[in-house]
Amino acid sequence: MLDTFLKSLETGSGFWNPLVLGLAIIIALLLIYIIRGFGKKDYKTGTEQTKAFLSGNPEYSKDEMHVKGKNLYWGFTQALKSVYNVLEKMHNGNTSDYVLWFVIIIGVLFIIIGVI
Amino acid sequence: MNWFELITLHSPPLIVAVPLLAAFLTPLVSKINDTVRNLFVLIMLSITGLLVLILGYDVLTNGIRVYVFGGGAPLPSGMNIPVRIMFEIDSMTIFMVIITIILALISILYSWSFMKDKDGLDKYYTIILLLVTSIFGMELTGDLFNFFVFLEISCITSCALIAFYVNKKESLDAAFKYIVISSIGALFILFAIGLLYAQYNALNMATIANAIQFTFFDKIVLVLLITGLAMKSGLAPMHMWLPDAYSRSPASVTFILVGATLAGLYGSLRVIFTIYGNQLLNTGFTFYPGLIIGIIVTALGVLSIFIGVFMALKRSDFKKMIAYTAVAEIGYMFLAIGSYLIGLALSVPDNPQMLIAGTYALKGGLFHILNDALDIGLLFLVAGAVYYATKQTSLNSLGGLARNMKYTTIFFLIGLLAVSGMPPMNGFASKLLIYQSTYQISPILSIIAIICSIMLLAVFVKVFQSIFLGPEIPSLKNVKEVPKSMLAAMALVACIIIFIGLFPNIIIDNLVTPAAEALQNTTTYISTIVGGT
Repeated sequence: MLDTFLKSLETGSGFWNPLVLGLAIIIALLLIYIIRGFGKKDYKTGTEQTKAFLSGNPEYSKDEMHVKGKNLYWGFTQALKSVYNVLEKMHNGNTSDYVLWFVIIIGVLFIIIGVI
Repeated sequence: MNWFELITLHSPPLIVAVPLLAAFLTPLVSKINDTVRNLFVLIMLSITGLLVLILGYDVLTNGIRVYVFGGGAPLPSGMNIPVRIMFEIDSMTIFMVIITIILALISILYSWSFMKDKDGLDKYYTIILLLVTSIFGMELTGDLFNFFVFLEISCITSCALIAFYVNKKESLDAAFKYIVISSIGALFILFAIGLLYAQYNALNMATIANAIQFTFFDKIVLVLLITGLAMKSGLAPMHMWLPDAYSRSPASVTFILVGATLAGLYGSLRVIFTIYGNQLLNTGFTFYPGLIIGIIVTALGVLSIFIGVFMALKRSDFKKMIAYTAVAEIGYMFLAIGSYLIGLALSVPDNPQMLIAGTYALKGGLFHILNDALDIGLLFLVAGAVYYATKQTSLNSLGGLARNMKYTTIFFLIGLLAVSGMPPMNGFASKLLIYQSTYQISPILSIIAIICSIMLLAVFVKVFQSIFLGPEIPSLKNVKEVPKSMLAAMALVACIIIFIGLFPNIIIDNLVTPAAEALQNTTTYISTIVGGT
């Protein structure tokens, strides 16, 4: 019974045992906890220590401080704008176009499989 | 025959009949009160779950089960004109039925609080139960026309559930798109079934599989069935209905819609492996059909992964983002199935390495069906919880929710790691099988799969940062954690994910490997009905 739980997953060209990784994670967490123990113990919440320091600039309101979804990966999507233009055109919300894709795939497969 | 043997004998029709009966009793039970109705639905589905376990144990122990409606002739081999409806249940069927019942039970549990304040809940539960019935029917049946009937029920009930928020134009729009596209797909499937019936005078899958000649008409039928069912599964570029449908329906509905989508994938597997198995599952370089179909399926799988991940990365709507990642996850399954077909076609007796790699790919793909249902399902439940608490799904309007929704945040993290294929979650185990096996088929496939998986992680890191991290947003200061039944449903899925992640062998040895063997061994499926070996 225990063997079933401890057995490694064979992948054909390797193996995987999540329990070994679990053990490694536990050891890593223990190390983190020990290192944390060396930290300063006189840290006080609600004082200057907890205030954000923005190189002397005033702190923005909470709403403005948050990095929102639209701000993330902007560079990536901008660099691949041409790809996204094509993808956005595909997903234009028009049902007729969606059906057209279905018909196109049927047509292409007819040609390929019909030739076999 | 004792009562247990009697239940085991009649469990296949009962698995369909119990939720069907419950569906029509629900409006009556609703007249008592809401709590009784909710308990009634849960109990009826629990009974169905018990029947699934009984049938599963029987099939996994004793082999394929056949249940005949309306005929008295003994089976196998005693039947000459297979016009009766039959349920044929093998290990693959059991694998899918188990996934469906897990999704159905959790969806109902989640609905208790999530749908509490909504009107028309008697109809909601009735349609949910009808949808569950149709998914079971699609999975259990061994008859093509019967499959089509259940597919149609699934389409209609799904449409009704997608349009549940009738006061929202987006929901109606998504439901309209879904019913138009799925009806067209279903019509092509019906046309294909008609062509098969005209040629072979049979509707039984095993009988057709035994007689099929791979004529020109058979090739047309193959194209129509594969495209129709691939559309139902949400495979690109026929996936366009899926992001709208998944994101506009209530989260509890989306959770069970994942099961309906996977039933379409199951249909594709039955077509490729069972009906056309004798024609496509052959080894040797000279046999092209299997190789060509494998390449097509793989190409569409890679396209789905690519489109799903890229579109998800740019979305700012939480649910739509998850819906696109669901398209990518479907792509991983088709990639694995296609890799198996390619591996099989390219293997030669002296060097079966490609076949071995293909078999691992198939196992990985099947394992990923279960993992996808749980991982994507959990993320949809979390999205529902966030919507329930904040009435928002836009990433630009949310932030800092980890302070007020600690448990939901933990469940999201589990779902995030699982769907991105991070160890030690369940998604990693199935994706590892797919990566390593597809690498042997073609390294480029494996590289694309890994890169897209990393991008999936990037997608959900964006979600995690936008919704759960950051400073407390003043407008969301009073947000509270969701009710216990919703937390319980999410916790249940999270526990299953962690269990499978830590002990993947238990699932692979007991469910996935028998399912893969059932698909590979077409002869057994056919001979159970038509006799011979």
